[in-house]
Amino acid sequence: MEHTETHITDYRVYGWVLLALLIFTTITITVTWIDLSALTVMVALIIASIKSFIVLRYFMHLKFESKLFTVFVVMVLSIYVLVIALTFFDYLLR
Amino acid sequence: MAETIAHSYLENTGKYKGILAWLTTTDHKRIGLMYMYAMMIFFIVGVLLGELMRLELFRPGQQFYNAQTYNGIFTIHGIIMIFTVVIPGLAAVFGNFSMPIMIGAHDVAFPRLNLFSWYLFILGAAIALSSQFLGNGPPDTGWTFYAPYSTQTHTNVVAAVFGAFVLGFSSILTGLNFIVTIHRLRAPGMTFFRMPLFPWSLYATAWIQVLATPIVGITLLMVIAERWLRIGFFDPSLGGDPILYQHLFWIYSHPAVYIMILPAMGVITEIIPTFAQRKVFGYKAIALSSLAIALVGYFVWAHHMYTSGMSITARWVFSLLTFLVAVPSAIKVFNWVTTMYKGSISVKPPFLFALGFIFLFMIGGLTGLSLGSLATDIHVHDTAYVVAHFHYIIFGGVGFAFFAALHYWYPKMYGRMYNFRRANIAFGFLFVGFNLLYFPQFVIGIMGMPRRYFDYLPQFTLGQQISGFGGLLLLIGIILMIANLASKRGAKAPDNPWGGSTLEWTIPSPPPVENFHELPVITGEPYNYE
Repeated sequence: MEHTETHITDYRVYGWVLLALLIFTTITITVTWIDLSALTVMVALIIASIKSFIVLRYFMHLKFESKLFTVFVVMVLSIYVLVIALTFFDYLLR
Repeated sequence: MAETIAHSYLENTGKYKGILAWLTTTDHKRIGLMYMYAMMIFFIVGVLLGELMRLELFRPGQQFYNAQTYNGIFTIHGIIMIFTVVIPGLAAVFGNFSMPIMIGAHDVAFPRLNLFSWYLFILGAAIALSSQFLGNGPPDTGWTFYAPYSTQTHTNVVAAVFGAFVLGFSSILTGLNFIVTIHRLRAPGMTFFRMPLFPWSLYATAWIQVLATPIVGITLLMVIAERWLRIGFFDPSLGGDPILYQHLFWIYSHPAVYIMILPAMGVITEIIPTFAQRKVFGYKAIALSSLAIALVGYFVWAHHMYTSGMSITARWVFSLLTFLVAVPSAIKVFNWVTTMYKGSISVKPPFLFALGFIFLFMIGGLTGLSLGSLATDIHVHDTAYVVAHFHYIIFGGVGFAFFAALHYWYPKMYGRMYNFRRANIAFGFLFVGFNLLYFPQFVIGIMGMPRRYFDYLPQFTLGQQISGFGGLLLLIGIILMIANLASKRGAKAPDNPWGGSTLEWTIPSPPPVENFHELPVITGEPYNYE
């Protein structure tokens, strides 16, 4: 049950992650100049989700930890998505 | 080391003596007792406020105080009972006291965080109670703080809401502590499916505490922001949506009902096999039904909102989901009853309270189905029927399970027995008083008596008076029970007075500091009576 291994991540990996986050931030700002009408929010959320995924995976060590933590994160996010979806049964169909 | 753990946890062996030794303790058992003492005080205050309401309602018209005072009394009765008694409830007291012992651990995973949770609990309760004495008088919104009224009333809503916010933090930290404890500190050989069912129920509860409580936290801060900054989240005059408040509030507050009832079900699942001396029927079904209740419980919240004006589609979707949650609840009840079948039943006080729980929970649960059904809910929404249903679940369920747990683990907590005859008499008063108090509320609710009303029409008088009489019997029962347990004349308790099979009955009564000299190695299932 004990998990005693420690994973040391190469600084270059953190460098690449930082670069990826900066690129996605640039894309987020850039797309605000393009008129995507109804898709604007969706595109912003997709980019934010990709950034969150990278942060969770590398900075928060999900990639290197026990799979159990990944299961927890997926479960929590699924509940959150379902709660939002159910709330919109009211707002979209009122 | 062997010498230090030989001391009972009730003896002071540390740096401090007396009250300071308790206030600085990180022992999970002492923290459990500290929660219990604080909650007992809040409970007695809540009961007295309830009795004040029953006094006023004994006859139609104004008797002792005016309608605005009545609004304040039912609000603070709700805030005290919900946020400081039943939400921390069995998890904070018996989860802290028994769970680490039951899983074969020396303590919880984060003992200091555990003590910090208790201080947050006391701080939150103090802030909430200060709302009665500061500002423009007690809040009059009901414990649900519904917007837009809560954003407009001049009474002291902010203190009550902020108190509930702080209490929420205490709940989150306790949940976090229990999840980590159950994952990381189980005794060698104790797989998840060799773990007793009370820790299973606490595990399911802890996930709700961690995931749902932040939602009400932010919602309550939004109410404060609305009042101070006039932002327009909920108030229609500012462009807000009052139904949004109800969604956000019930996204937490319905799962919160399962924070209250799941540990109660866990305790009953411990008591019944012990007093039937029989292996629990359907162990895995009961364990997994706790998780199922926790999971499905997230998706039923809007059954509190059928009359709020939300969409028709949302109403039937939530009604359907509500009926689903009855399935895992029924699994538990059937398994409890089947466990008793052909058992060697010994009718001692904890078992009596457990039977009382099943009876009252069934009435509460079945009347919940008529409230979950769209058509019937419209008729009884916001009537005394809802008050009766709610109290059958929360007092008849959580309250009686709390009393059952108290009588079950009392010998372990204090190393003394109590008088069984007096405990049985107290149970009689509590059970009869409870039913006389709340059952008439179903009847007058169907007849049309609205909830939260200070006055009523003459046709409701008989029902209100039977309730008033029941309230008196209930109060006598509570006094008798506390007097019996507070008496220090009981005989010394043996290590295993009930013939239980879980780990807490293998160590001395009261338990030593850090529970086990050597951690036990688990080789089989927890309920082995064959």
